[in-house]
Amino acid sequence: MNDVAHNAFALRGVTKAFRHFKLDDLSLELPMGQIMGMVGPNGAGKSTTIRLLIGLLAPEAGTVELMGRRIPAQMADAKRDVAFVSDDMRLYGLARLDWHMRFVASIFPDWDERYAQKLLKHFNLRPDQYVKGLSRGEHVKALLLLALARRPRLLVLDEPTSGLDPVARHELLSELMEIVRDESRSILFSSHNTQDVERICDQIAFIDRGKLVDARDKESFLERWRRLSLDIPAGVALPRLKDVVDLTLGERLAILTTDRYEPALHGALEKCGARVTDVQRMSLEEIFVASVMRSRVEVQS
Amino acid sequence: MHSPFVISQTDPRPLYQQVKDQLRHRVAVGELKAGDEIPSIRQLAADIRVSVITIKRAYLELEHEGVIQTRQGRGSFVADNVRLGDSLKEQELTGHLRAALQSAALLHLTEDQLIERLREVRREDSQGSS
Repeated sequence: MNDVAHNAFALRGVTKAFRHFKLDDLSLELPMGQIMGMVGPNGAGKSTTIRLLIGLLAPEAGTVELMGRRIPAQMADAKRDVAFVSDDMRLYGLARLDWHMRFVASIFPDWDERYAQKLLKHFNLRPDQYVKGLSRGEHVKALLLLALARRPRLLVLDEPTSGLDPVARHELLSELMEIVRDESRSILFSSHNTQDVERICDQIAFIDRGKLVDARDKESFLERWRRLSLDIPAGVALPRLKDVVDLTLGERLAILTTDRYEPALHGALEKCGARVTDVQRMSLEEIFVASVMRSRVEVQS
Repeated sequence: MHSPFVISQTDPRPLYQQVKDQLRHRVAVGELKAGDEIPSIRQLAADIRVSVITIKRAYLELEHEGVIQTRQGRGSFVADNVRLGDSLKEQELTGHLRAALQSAALLHLTEDQLIERLREVRREDSQGSS
């Protein structure tokens, strides 16, 4: 480990083009000791970003740094610190789960057998199960167990909760929070489940169509967005206000969405003759949809 | 810290506010007393499965409000001269007043009209009780 690394990873100006998809000028970093949730629609570029980060792809432009090492050049040195799980990974069907555990333990010296035994219980798995007999959810849990018990300093999970039942999801989120009790361990996970992200992530990154739409710490993310209900009397026309993401006008009532909320906005609206009748906070899911819609409009215009 | 925390994502209050309210409540009912140590940010985050940054924000605000004190390298403690019993009630009142203001706005009442309504309600109540 490099002592000067304050970031678990840092992507700077990373570009990678495929025939029908381009990840464009992406910059993103995760401070050590934090959890980042990467949220985006299908095909947004989440998996491509992850694969660039862990050296499975090389960027055409930009730099990738992982635990203080340049990727992909120094990936061999970083391997020990990083574990990656994606639900399209396959284990060896004809072997039992404990065979896999011994196999991974033989490669990674930081393997924690006691923790592995604890995870077996928490995830409700049996060591003598053959992989080919595992359900989809059990398969994901087995992959997670094999990654977590390595005690990696950075855990990278691609859609980790997608195949899990609610109980297993609960167990996983608890394990993830246990991991960051240690300030030197970090987690990146991509997810469709904005509720999980909203609950346990410190940093949030929105990705859509190969571009980073927004990334910042969760608290300021949630703090900036508000939905205001307005009463606009007949004859009053609202001017173009800055920081308004969306304005849906009815006959008299309107809904205004902003991503730079501050109380001064009330005064500005009232000066124009509109009355603010309600102010609501927004869930991460609502914020995500609103940001993506806006960025798509911006791209088109 | 024996009573369990209940953090709900269907609660209209943001997560950090729920954490604040529940810590305050423990102080208000005397479960946590002046000088008592409270869990570290990362410990509480792991215990209730809520992000570190959310707990950090709750602790920072409680510190500003004089409810807790953080001593560098030693942890966080309930503040020495915490007077939460009053301020909890204060907060409750502020909440009710805010709700009243919102209702008044929907009814297009001015501030003076709202205050007059408050007086009316008070008169009605005192007549009823006499």
